[in-house]
Amino acid sequence: MFFQFLLRRLLYVIPMVFVVTLVVYSLVLLIPGDPVLVLLGENATEEKIAELKRQLGLDKPIIEQYFTWLSNAIQGDLGRSIFTGQSVSEAVAERLAVSLQLVTAAILIAVVVGMTLAILSIYYAGTWIDYVVRFISTLGVAVPHFLFAMFLVVLFSLKLKWLPATGFTSIAESPGGFLRDITLPALSLSLGGIAIITRHLRSSLMEVLDADYIRTAYSKGVSRWQALFGHALRNAMLPVVTTIGLMFGNTLGATVVIETIFAIPGLGQLAVGAILQRDFTMVQGVVLVMFMMVVIINFLTDIVYALLDPRIEY
Amino acid sequence: MSFRTVLRRLMAERLAFISLIYLMVLVIVALLAPWITPYDPEQMDVMNMMQPPSKEHWFGTDELGRDIFSRVLMGAETAVKASLFAVLIPLCIGVPIGIISGYVGRIVDDIFMRIIDGIIAIPAIILALGITSALGVNLWNAMIAIGIVFTPQFARLARGQTLQVRSEHYVEAAQITGAGTLWIMARHIIPNIASPLVVQASFNLSIGVLVETTLSFLGMGVQDPDISWGVMIQQAYNMINYNPSMIIYPGIAILLTVLAGNFLGDGLRTALDPKYKMDA
Amino acid sequence: MSTEAPLLEVKHLTAYIKTPKGEIRPVQDVSFSIGRGEIVALVGESGSGKTVTSLSIVGLNAKSIKYRPESSILFEGKDLLKLPEKELRKIRGRDIGMIFQDPMSSLNPVHPIGKQIAESIVIHRKIGYAKARQKALEMLQKVRIPDAERRLNDYPHQLSGGMRQRVMIAAALACGPKLLIADEPTTALDVTIQAQILELLKELQRETGISILLITHDLGVVAEVADRVIVMYCGKIVEEGEVGRIFEKPLHPYTRGLLDSIPPLHGSSPEKLKAIPGVVPNLLELPAGCRFSNRCFRASQRCFEREPDLARHPSGNLVSCWHPLEEEGEKADGAKSTARLS
Repeated sequence: MFFQFLLRRLLYVIPMVFVVTLVVYSLVLLIPGDPVLVLLGENATEEKIAELKRQLGLDKPIIEQYFTWLSNAIQGDLGRSIFTGQSVSEAVAERLAVSLQLVTAAILIAVVVGMTLAILSIYYAGTWIDYVVRFISTLGVAVPHFLFAMFLVVLFSLKLKWLPATGFTSIAESPGGFLRDITLPALSLSLGGIAIITRHLRSSLMEVLDADYIRTAYSKGVSRWQALFGHALRNAMLPVVTTIGLMFGNTLGATVVIETIFAIPGLGQLAVGAILQRDFTMVQGVVLVMFMMVVIINFLTDIVYALLDPRIEY
Repeated sequence: MSFRTVLRRLMAERLAFISLIYLMVLVIVALLAPWITPYDPEQMDVMNMMQPPSKEHWFGTDELGRDIFSRVLMGAETAVKASLFAVLIPLCIGVPIGIISGYVGRIVDDIFMRIIDGIIAIPAIILALGITSALGVNLWNAMIAIGIVFTPQFARLARGQTLQVRSEHYVEAAQITGAGTLWIMARHIIPNIASPLVVQASFNLSIGVLVETTLSFLGMGVQDPDISWGVMIQQAYNMINYNPSMIIYPGIAILLTVLAGNFLGDGLRTALDPKYKMDA
Repeated sequence: MSTEAPLLEVKHLTAYIKTPKGEIRPVQDVSFSIGRGEIVALVGESGSGKTVTSLSIVGLNAKSIKYRPESSILFEGKDLLKLPEKELRKIRGRDIGMIFQDPMSSLNPVHPIGKQIAESIVIHRKIGYAKARQKALEMLQKVRIPDAERRLNDYPHQLSGGMRQRVMIAAALACGPKLLIADEPTTALDVTIQAQILELLKELQRETGISILLITHDLGVVAEVADRVIVMYCGKIVEEGEVGRIFEKPLHPYTRGLLDSIPPLHGSSPEKLKAIPGVVPNLLELPAGCRFSNRCFRASQRCFEREPDLARHPSGNLVSCWHPLEEEGEKADGAKSTARLS
C-alpha cells in the first residue's frame, strides 16, 4: 500500500521534472550572443567556429541536444564548463556539500528557534513575551537577508570581534571551526525562516488549542504544559512540516546572496559566477542540481507528513 | 462588497491604513523624485565624503560625497517600479492562466500545473538571476524577471480559487442559461476570486522590493546611473569598515516599504473577509 | 436515597461575564446537590446555562467567566471554586470524570485510543504507560468493545461514533471517579446507538455506584436514566424533583411545555406539534419578573413584576413559580386558564 502511494507521488513528479529541465535548458540557450563567438573572439574563422560547435555538440537540433544532455546528466555527467573546461559535475559536487551544510544549519536554527518562540508566545499569551515574539516574526519577513547579514557582521565581527566575517570550514575538517565560521551566515539565512515558522506554528497551535480534545485532556487532569506538549504540539506541527519543506527552496535561493557576502565556496556563489559569465553549461548544471534538490526535499516532506498523520491512508 | 465598505473596514485597521498612506506617499515621492531631491544624486564632492548627518545633508554623504538623502529618494523610484512589475505581470499573465487551468480542468489543468509547480521549485532568486542574465542586465529586464518569477504563484492561487468558485451554484446557473465561457469568467469568476488575489498582490509589493534590492545588490539589477536601495547597500557594504552607518538609510527605507506592504496585505485580508465583524 | 452527606453541593452559583454591552449572567443563583450513587439530569434548552454550570464544577469554563463570591461548589467538603489550579487538576480525572457531546472531535486524532484511556491513570497514579495499558484494556472491555486487545492501538477515526463514545466513557472512568459529568453524551449519536450508550451508563452506574450528572435537552434520555431531574431556564433552576413526579405531575409551566412538545408515540397524531410560543429572552434584556413570563400562558401581573423564589411545593418538587400547575388543579394547556397573556 505504501509502495503504491510512493509510486503515485513519483508519477506526478517525473513529468514535472522533464518539463522543467526542458524549460531550463532552453532558457539558457536564450542567452543572446553566441557563446562560441565569445570564446573564440570576433575574428574567428568560419572553420574554427564550425569545429568548436561540432565539438560542443551545438550543431545538432535543440531537442537532440536536450536529450543528450539529459541522458548524460542522469549518468552523472553534466558536461564541461565552457570557460574553465572543468567538469561541471565535479564543480557542483564540491560546492554542494558546502551549501548543504549551510542550508541545513540555517534550517535547524530556524526550526529550533521558531518552535521555541511559538511555544513561548502561546504559553505566555498576552504578556510581553508574546508581544516580543510577534514583533520578531513580523519584522523577520521584512528584513532582506543581506541586510540582516550586514547588521550581524557589523555587530559581531567589526565591533565585538567575536566571529569572522568571511570564510568557511567544513564540518568534516573541524567541527569547532565549522561552528565558528557558519554561525553568522547561518543566522542571516535563518531569519526569514524563524519568522515564518514562528507564525505558522503559533497560529496552528492557537487553532489546535481551541479543539474539543484539548478540553477532554484538561478534564482528565492534564496540566497546561502537558496539554501543549503532549497533545497540541503533535497536531500543530503537521502543517508546519510542509512549511519546512517549502522553506528549503527559499533558503537555497538566498544562499546566492549570503555566500557572496561571507565568501563561502558554495553552490550559490558558483551560480552567480556562472550566470554572470554566461557559462551556460555550468548554469544548466547548477540550476538542475538546485532544482532537483528542491524537488527531492519536497517529495520527502510529503512522505514524512503522510507518515506522521495517522489519518492519511496509504 | 462595495469599494466603500472595504475602504471603511480598512480604515479601522490602523496599521494597514498607515501603511496605505505610506505607500501612497512613496509613490508620489517616486514620481516627483527627479524634481524634489535637494541635491543632484550624482553630484560628487569628494572633499565632503562620508559625512555624518547634518543640516546640509540630512542623511550624510557617501564615499563619493553624494548626498544620501537624495539618493534614497531616487531609489524610491526603482522600488516602486519593481513593485509594480511584481504585481502587474503576474496579474496579467498568471491569473488568466490560473483561471483557464481551473475552469477548463483535466488535461490542460494537469499540464499547466506540472509546469507551474516545476517553476515554483526553482528558487526565486536563481530564476530571477537566470532570466535577467539571459535577457541582458538592466533595470527593465530585472523587472520583467521579477514579474515572471511571481507569475506561477498567482496562477496557482487563481486556479485554486477558480476551482472553488466553479462548483458554486451561480456558475452552474449561468452555464444553464447558455452563457459563454468568457462571459462566465469575466462576470462570475473574476469578481469572486478577486479578494485573495488583491491580498496576495499587496504581499507581492513587498516581495518585489526584496527581490529587486537583492538583484541590485548582486549587481544584476539596476545599473549606473540608475539608483536602487540595493545598490546603495552594496556600496555601503564596501565601505563597511570605514563607516558602517551608511547601511542604515537605504536599509530602513527597504524595511519600511516591505513592512508597509505586509501590513497592508494583512489589513486587506481582514477587511475583505466576508465574515468580518466590526467589533470583533 | 441515603441520608449521608451529598457528594456534590452547588450553592448559590452565579457566573458572570463582562461584555462591552454590560454584564451577562449565564448562571444565576443555582443550588442543587448530588448524592452518592444518584443519577441527576440537568435539563434545559441551549442557553439555559446547563453547560456553564457543569463546566464550573471542574473549573473548565473560559477564563472570562467569573463567579460571584457567594458561589460555592462543595465536593466531598472542599470548595472547588476556591481551590488553586494544582489541586483542581488532581480532582479532575481522578475524582470527577467528564464526557462530552461529540466523540469525534473530543478525542485526539493522532493518539491511539489506548493511550487516551490510560492518560488519566498515568497522570494520577504516576505509573508508566506500559503498566497503565493493562488497566486501559480492562476499561475497554468494561465498556463492551469487542476485540479490545487489538483496538487499543487504533486511532479514533478508525472507530464508529458509538465506539468512540464508549472510549470516552472508558477514559473518563479509568481512575474510578466518584462523579461522572456527562454533557449531552448521546446528542451526536444515532438513535439506536443512543440507547446502547444509555444502557451502558446505567450498567456502569450499578456496578460502581458512581454518581452521574447528566446534561441534556432530550427528555427521552432523562426518562431512561435519571433518578432526579433539575430543569433550568435562562440561567435559573425552575423546577427540581424525582423523575417520576416530574413526568407525571410537572409543576412549572415550562416543564409542562417541554413535556408537551414531545411528539406522542401512541394514539392519534395531533394536528400540530405543540411548541412553546415565544423565544428565550436575551440575557442582556432580562424582564423584571419571572424570566419565563413572556412565554407563559399562566402569567399574572405578579409574574411580570417579581421573580419567584425556588421553594418546596407540598407535592415534593422544588419549583420557582407563582402559579405552579397543580395549584389550580387544571390541565396544562390552559384550556380553562384565567391567566392573562400580554
